Amino acid sequence: MPTKTIAGKTVEVDAEGFLVNPDDWNEDIAKELAKEEGINELTEMHWKVIHFMRQDYKERGQIPTIRRIKNAGGVPVQDLYKLFPDGPAKKAAKIAGLSKPQGCV
Amino acid sequence: MKKLVILGAGTAGTIMANKLAPVLDKSEWEITIVDQHETHYYQPGFLFIPFGIYTREDVIRPKRDYIPRHVNVEISPIEMIEAQNNRVKLSNGKVLNYDILIIATGSDIHPEETEGLLDGGWRQNIFDFYSIDGATSLANFLKYWEGGKLVMNVVEMPIKCPVAPLEFVFLADWWFTEQGIRDKVEIEYVTPLPGAFTKPIASKYLGGFLEKKNIKLTPEFNTGKVDSGRNKLISYDGREVDYDLLVIVPTIMGSDAIARSGLGDDLNFVPVDPYTLQSKQYENIFVIGDATDAPTSKAGSVAHFESEILFENILRYIDGRPLLPEFDGHANCFIESGFGKGLLIDFNYTVEPLPGKFPLPGIGPYSLLEETRMNHWGKMMFRWMYWNLLLKGAELPIEAQMNLAGKRR
Ligand SMILES: Cc1cc2nc3c(=O)[nH]c(=O)nc-3n(C[C@H](O)[C@H](O)[C@H](O)COP(=O)(O)OP(=O)(O)OC[C@H]3O[C@@H](n4cnc5c(N)ncnc54)[C@H](O)[C@@H]3O)c2cc1C
Repeated sequence: MPTKTIAGKTVEVDAEGFLVNPDDWNEDIAKELAKEEGINELTEMHWKVIHFMRQDYKERGQIPTIRRIKNAGGVPVQDLYKLFPDGPAKKAAKIAGLSKPQGCV
Repeated sequence: MKKLVILGAGTAGTIMANKLAPVLDKSEWEITIVDQHETHYYQPGFLFIPFGIYTREDVIRPKRDYIPRHVNVEISPIEMIEAQNNRVKLSNGKVLNYDILIIATGSDIHPEETEGLLDGGWRQNIFDFYSIDGATSLANFLKYWEGGKLVMNVVEMPIKCPVAPLEFVFLADWWFTEQGIRDKVEIEYVTPLPGAFTKPIASKYLGGFLEKKNIKLTPEFNTGKVDSGRNKLISYDGREVDYDLLVIVPTIMGSDAIARSGLGDDLNFVPVDPYTLQSKQYENIFVIGDATDAPTSKAGSVAHFESEILFENILRYIDGRPLLPEFDGHANCFIESGFGKGLLIDFNYTVEPLPGKFPLPGIGPYSLLEETRMNHWGKMMFRWMYWNLLLKGAELPIEAQMNLAGKRR
């Protein structure tokens, strides 16, 4: 696995830049990853989504889907698209330090 | 008496009843199967109804004709599974206790999940073909349609039979040509996927087909709402697609009974070990067919391959042996491509659809990822196979696990 230094910390990442170990994550890393994704400032709503995703992942071992974030996290889908334009499921997972959500079959 | 209860007498539940009934000792085991309907629908046939190739009569049979005689049949909606107490409550008041439970409650369309989809246009100029009523009302509409813009939209993944909406536009292209109005019809395929299909090689190949048939592909479109007053599909990120006729695959979800029982994920699919098909929550609950959250296609062929492994695992569970982690996600789908031709894809959890020959390496008679007449006949033969072999739990000339021989990378 390649490594990368993000916000001063050297971490393992996959080919698309998703963190390999969710435990390497911290809020500074999130801010850097967000910039790479074109989100210059993480607002309170962004953080709400990010923290929900990390918590849910910790509890259930699965990266939450958009529907899960809507149902259990209480964030409407429209808002998710505004917060994380062009593919919120993938973008939010990346910024939250989780791996790439599984594609569909 | 020990009790085995099967919930759902569709493709997967019926196969399991037919496999287990002859081998479980009748003096030891009582088998009961539950379904809300008396009628079995051959769902793959729904695709052909809008074009008048099949009618309602062609796709229905009485469920009971396919259930072994000494299996109890309960016709009632399922109210709730009380997994803690090993029992199922039915809406007709009955309570079924079980030692082993097989959940085979399938999946269904949920148009109410999309804002505006059930407003004015529903079944007027908006149709699905994933339900018998949708397919037959679309047939009536198409009979008199004089042309315009047809949009085929998949609201979100996963859907059952992920190739069916592609087949729909291929058949539509053929059918409008036959009717002599192809030049008056514009066809657009609007999907949340990055391309025509879920897996890259097949996606590229099928995308080429869309182009060849003059069908416009609009990828990465996540439908947020339908504005049926203005005949527009609107994505979550604000893009709009106009239509005159909208054919849609609404959100597909598992049974409400699963949600009521607290056994499902956010789409009411039951989390399973994808290799053994045992529930992740309860060791005496097994799940098969569309009802699982296993990351493979939701298809009748998958239910068939799963049944071979689940059958072994249920017997092993009864005998107290460890389960075999042998289900590999094998899926096998004929893709009708119009003008009497078809394609075939064969894949599993790890190997995407590849070109080659099937089922006999180098020989066929079917060709993978290639358009042939033989593949079309395979698709049409599937209905006969379904009623006469597949539902009865018979062996098919295809191994449950995918075979790489005969495939090219
Ligand atoms: C248009 C279309 C085309 C398709 N084409 C193909 C194809 O070409 N090839 C292929 O392999 N597959 C195809 N499929 C998919 C295939 O039909 C399904 O994957 C398959 O039927 C799944 O079997 P199942 O037993 O899991 O679910 P089902 O066969 O749907 O059975 C589920 C059963 O559970 C019952 N049930 C659900 N909830 C309750 C409840 N609360 N109470 C009581 N009963 C309940 C239902 O009444 C139903 O009888 C197609 C599907 C569609 C819609």
